[in-house]
Amino acid sequence: MSEGLTIPIGPQHPSLKEPVSFLITLDGEVVKKAVIELGYNHRGLEKACESRTYIQDLYIIERVCGICSHAHSYAYCRCVEELAGLQTPRRAEYIRGIVGELERLHSHLLWLGVAGHEIGFDTLFMYTWRDRERVLDLLAEIGGNRVNYGINTIGGVRRDLDENICQHILDVMDGLEEQIKYYAELANTEATLIARLAGIGILTRDDVIKYGAVGPVARAAGIMDDVRIVEPYGVFTEIKVNGVTDDHADVYGRTVVRIKEMLESIRLIRLMVKEMPDGPISVRAPRRIPTGEIIIRVEAPRGEDVHYLRSNGTDKPDRVRVRAPSEANWHGMKHMLEGFHFADVPIIIAAIDPCYSCTDRAIMLRSDKGDTVTDWESLRRTGIERYKKMGIDPSKIRMRTSGV
Amino acid sequence: METVLSIIKILFFPGLLFLLVAAMLAEYIDRKACAHMQNRIGPPWYQPLADVLKLLGKKTIIPKNAGKALFRALPSVSFAAVATAFLSIPVWGSHAVVEFEGDIVVILYLLTIPTVCLFLAGWDSHDVYASMGSFRTLTQMFAYEVPLFMVLLTPALIAGTWSVSGILLYYSENPLYTLINIPAFIIALIISQGKLERPPFDAPEAETEIVGGALVEYSGRYLAIFRMAADSELIVVVSLLAALFLPFITGIAWIDFILYIVKILALILILAVLKASMARIRMDQMLHFCWWVLTPIAAVEIIVILIVNGGIAL
Repeated sequence: MSEGLTIPIGPQHPSLKEPVSFLITLDGEVVKKAVIELGYNHRGLEKACESRTYIQDLYIIERVCGICSHAHSYAYCRCVEELAGLQTPRRAEYIRGIVGELERLHSHLLWLGVAGHEIGFDTLFMYTWRDRERVLDLLAEIGGNRVNYGINTIGGVRRDLDENICQHILDVMDGLEEQIKYYAELANTEATLIARLAGIGILTRDDVIKYGAVGPVARAAGIMDDVRIVEPYGVFTEIKVNGVTDDHADVYGRTVVRIKEMLESIRLIRLMVKEMPDGPISVRAPRRIPTGEIIIRVEAPRGEDVHYLRSNGTDKPDRVRVRAPSEANWHGMKHMLEGFHFADVPIIIAAIDPCYSCTDRAIMLRSDKGDTVTDWESLRRTGIERYKKMGIDPSKIRMRTSGV
Repeated sequence: METVLSIIKILFFPGLLFLLVAAMLAEYIDRKACAHMQNRIGPPWYQPLADVLKLLGKKTIIPKNAGKALFRALPSVSFAAVATAFLSIPVWGSHAVVEFEGDIVVILYLLTIPTVCLFLAGWDSHDVYASMGSFRTLTQMFAYEVPLFMVLLTPALIAGTWSVSGILLYYSENPLYTLINIPAFIIALIISQGKLERPPFDAPEAETEIVGGALVEYSGRYLAIFRMAADSELIVVVSLLAALFLPFITGIAWIDFILYIVKILALILILAVLKASMARIRMDQMLHFCWWVLTPIAAVEIIVILIVNGGIAL
């Protein structure tokens, strides 16, 4: 094979679920260099949040991620509630906890299936997605929708759980526990699965700290960074989570961590359903939020989800910043890819459970060399001029003005 | 009259037409069995035929810098080699259409032609994924070729003949000797997954890594012929395994034919189980597995056979 063959993975590639580009330079079958290019999926959602009211933003924040929609809306709601000084009812926190753990279950089952598919183990893929369907049905029963449940609102939750749903949740958990124990056994015994997962994509404890990785990637390297444990919030101040760590520090470790976390989630869901108190499910929230700024961390299925909110006393936020867990895990990706086989590239990428559209942000780099900074207005003018040359006149389209 | 009969045998039964029908049914059974194991419904029985017909009607795109003649010829060469190999395997009764001393070697060599064609197809496509796939195809060939030849020649060593029909007849007279071949049979089953580039040895066409491998640039009828060749290869390989390792015949032609169908069905189902129950092995793991695990076992098997054979001869 020629020296330094460069193979593109993406922006369109069967192993990628969303557009992103990896340029892999190979030495034989071994990855010599990996260049990662993000930015195919920028949606400008932080900017969009600034021009809408707090309640309208809930709709956007819920759609940051198609999988961890609850974690994002939960973090956002907690930001607003803390700023407004609202005390959410205990029952609401329990319902949020139950939905959050169900979300973790369906996210990890999805990941296990995707990982199976990436290493050519389609049977595992079909099995886990069948089981995931049962969790999605539960979530649809609770929130009326499969992935964007719309359960959170500022000051509590929008839907209550009645006796029937609680019983149904417990029934589904019994069946799921059996299946997940089977997957745990599979991960312990299936030789080809272990051969493909063990020893690749290594990110050691020191590297995790250096690159700031979060979630199962960090926990697989023995670092307990579960926000539910290190900084308990909501229902987790009352119900203790048994953290899961592993010392493999590779893709196999991440698999084991995720499977064990699912078993832990099932335990938590049973406990929360059993101990759920009676009472109201929401409190009334004010339209205008007092001036202030706040950072809130919530444990999403993929790791620590950080939301920053700055309010200015109006009914629209001044600044919303969403740091999705995948954003923290990208930095170590290059390190994880280099030195391993080309065949391992898809599974190493998949092992951080990447979410590209949640991650894409516009970042402005400042330097002393006098880079030009384009502001909102001139960017709009450039766009209009470009389309005028093509015979389209978009200048009549009204620009949504910011709340400030 | 003799010539006409031969032509009918070669073109219709048990030659080309039978091979095509069997190949499609084999693909259907393989896919359906796999689907059931994976908790899916699977395709209807006419799906393989529908796929081929659809591909035949599709537009064919040939890459600009590919060698046109080679690109067009490769699928047909590949299929022709497989179809020729099939003629030397007994299907109806205990005699093949073409049989001579040493036809097992010819079959093995004819069976390498599809692999070489696949390599050339990928190489000729001038595409990174296709070249990657063709390199892997070739590497895989070097990995499985030696153990595969060793285990397939094991039955021949005992039988003392290098003709498939001869081996079949020998074992039908001495059925107990097949027991000696069981380790070779197991290795042959595993390794034929590599030969056929099916999971867990499907790294040369790994969809999630190299987007389908050597045939990325193929489309339309050329892809259809390549697929027919791959399906037929499955039939040829399982027929060969059935003839060599499951040589139970009665001597009555039509009963033997039914037995043959039962044997290849069983083998296809075993291969489908292997396909469904494992993850894809990486290229270096495949090489290691073939050279350090399968080849030594096959070598020991051959040494044992030689000693036993000496014992029988004495």
